[in-house]
Amino acid sequence: MRHIISILIENESGALSRVSGLFSARAYNIESLTVAPTEDSSLSRMTIVSIGSDEVIEQITKQLNKLIDVVKVVDLSEAAHIERELMLVKVRATGKDREEMKRVADIFRGRIIDVTESTYVVELTGNTAKLDAFLDAIDRSLILETVRTGVCGIGRGDRILRV
Amino acid sequence: MQLTGAEIVIRCLQEEKVEHVFGYPGGSVLFIYDELFKQDQVSHILVRHEQAAVHAADAYSRSSNKIGVCLVTSGPGVTNAVTGIATAHMDSSPLVIITGQVPTAYIGQDAFQEADTVGITRPCVKHNFLVKDVKDLAVTLKRAFYLASTGRPGPVLVDIPKDITNQKCDFVYPKTVAMRSYNPVVKGHSGQIKKAVQLLLDAKRPMIYTGGGVILSDAADKLTALTRRLDYPITQTLMGLGGYPGTDRQFLGMLGMHGTYEANMAMQHCDVLLAIGARFDDRVIGNPAHFNQVPRKIIHIDIDPSSISKRVKVDVPVVGNVPDVLDEFLKQLDAAEARPDTKALAAWWKQIDEWRGKNCLKYKQGKDLIMPQFVIEKLYEVTGGDAIITSDVGQHQMWAAQYYRFDKPRRWISSGGLGTMGFGLPAAMGARFANPKATVACVTGEGSIQMNIQELSTCKQFRLPIKIVCLNNGYLGMVRQWQEMFHGNRYSESYVDALPDFVRLAEAYGHIGMRIDKPGDVEGALKDAFIKHKNDLVFLDFRTDPKANVFPMVAAGKGLSEMILAEDL
Ligand SMILES: Cc1ncc(C[n+]2csc(CCOP(=O)(O)OP(=O)(O)O)c2C)c(N)n1
Repeated sequence: MRHIISILIENESGALSRVSGLFSARAYNIESLTVAPTEDSSLSRMTIVSIGSDEVIEQITKQLNKLIDVVKVVDLSEAAHIERELMLVKVRATGKDREEMKRVADIFRGRIIDVTESTYVVELTGNTAKLDAFLDAIDRSLILETVRTGVCGIGRGDRILRV
Repeated sequence: MQLTGAEIVIRCLQEEKVEHVFGYPGGSVLFIYDELFKQDQVSHILVRHEQAAVHAADAYSRSSNKIGVCLVTSGPGVTNAVTGIATAHMDSSPLVIITGQVPTAYIGQDAFQEADTVGITRPCVKHNFLVKDVKDLAVTLKRAFYLASTGRPGPVLVDIPKDITNQKCDFVYPKTVAMRSYNPVVKGHSGQIKKAVQLLLDAKRPMIYTGGGVILSDAADKLTALTRRLDYPITQTLMGLGGYPGTDRQFLGMLGMHGTYEANMAMQHCDVLLAIGARFDDRVIGNPAHFNQVPRKIIHIDIDPSSISKRVKVDVPVVGNVPDVLDEFLKQLDAAEARPDTKALAAWWKQIDEWRGKNCLKYKQGKDLIMPQFVIEKLYEVTGGDAIITSDVGQHQMWAAQYYRFDKPRRWISSGGLGTMGFGLPAAMGARFANPKATVACVTGEGSIQMNIQELSTCKQFRLPIKIVCLNNGYLGMVRQWQEMFHGNRYSESYVDALPDFVRLAEAYGHIGMRIDKPGDVEGALKDAFIKHKNDLVFLDFRTDPKANVFPMVAAGKGLSEMILAEDL
């Protein structure tokens, strides 16, 4: 099962390596990991997407809680939540492909944020499946470069993660 | 008042009432050593290798429940210490390790004796810090002592760049620490305890299984009260020995890979298992799938939630500090209406006594070759069962655990989790510093002792009257045993050729050495060492049967009840 784990962690140097070190040392899987400071600059918020059985995910949350710098851990995927990922795609856009690329980007509510005579950069946000779908929808041979942030997530409604 | 970083380090150690620091000097810690020199409240124990400093501090702690402290220099000082730190980490020993670092401005430049200490040690400490500002030094050390000793204990490392030790700031030692990210649980959930008590009282074939957590949390008295009260059988892991009197009828001996027949059988066949401060290690329950073939309910008390349901699914978890939880257990037992099912219990004891009847630890002592088990039995007799025994790793460690019966906690000091050869001698030093009147013996093998033999020099300097009981079988015995049993008798590199003359080696370091070849001389030599030469270090080189094996044995990957017994061969 795919799980989205959200972590509040002291914004100290080395905090990221404590988390990533834990995952590699215990052979846990990381699909993606994002991290940035929160509105309170003493704290960072991390979102980790991992795949594992319920037992493994339970161990992951316990082991994360055991790290001294970790303030809070929740498994967002246990309840209603929203997840988003940002992707920038540089594509070749010449001749008739130029029009077609613009059309597909519009359908996916993407924005073209850089234009040259022969290329576009398309900005797209959404969940992982939507970004994958966009890549499937365009001609693969036109893709020059892609970069994705990895998933960040937040609980719906009254589910709030703070200290 | 303004103090330098080095002065602050020493003041913090004094505030924490640290008596001994085990260490070794070098460039990056010179300011700290200079301050050590100027005072006499904290005494420094100069070892001969940094690994030994950490093992000594570790055993100092294990044998006393005080925090062990070490001090080493940057680079090679730290890398030498890593084995000791990992050993302490695996066995949850509370240590504070202070390491020197190159000056702040040099970090990352591949400076002389630079190592990424925080990075190298991160996976084998409870936590570590790099101090970047002298103003953070006192509070960081306070946190280190707090983290090391609370919750599930463990080693905490503080890395201090040299320039910080020479900068000044106001010194205030914080009285308390609060960390929003660290709040260890103490009391167990009383609803869970209620469920657990009910399960325990309903049991037909109950079993108590305890580990190092009972020792670390000083819960032996409460465990003993609970166990006696219920009249249930109890077994202990290698790390748990001494948590319940080893000579008592209810004690079935150690369990696990080299556990007794009765302990392993009872563990496998019980219907309710109370696990306390233990973690269902692979050396303890063997193959978990085989263990799960027998349906049973498991209650697990532990301070570390991540130890619960890690290898074996638990029915009633109780997270908390063991003595606090056991207090609540005893209270709820008083209040409970139900009583243990005495009829079922009598039948269960009858079964256990049958298993016991196998007498799985028996061996034959002939006239020619000394049996290693015999040496440990005589050691037990000569020391009245009252010594602190440290061990190295191998067959001798298992024989010591099986044949020396520990009635009290903190008397058996052994590297269980990491299994570190070279632990025994420095551990004996640490135990003696913590217990200056105690009889301390190190049970070792001719392989292990050579991994920290240089500490004989430290023992001389500090006049430590340790008795080294070397079971010299001429082999890396435990390796040889596995090769005999699982690798077709191909003794690949397990014969230790060119052994030194340990008697003359001991003498060269200024100690007494004895060589014992005949079974008839064992007791006399031990008496000489422990009584006549009470105040000297004596190296007893026992030449033992080179082919003796440790039994019972659960082969790796096998089930607990699939033991190989000596009588089967
Ligand atoms: C540092 C280290 N290296 C290797 C091992 C693997 N090992 C486990 S037991 C053993 C043999 C120990 O021999 P000895 O000290 O002579 O004890 P014996 O088994 O003969 O009693 C070895 C090599 C270890 N535990 N620790």
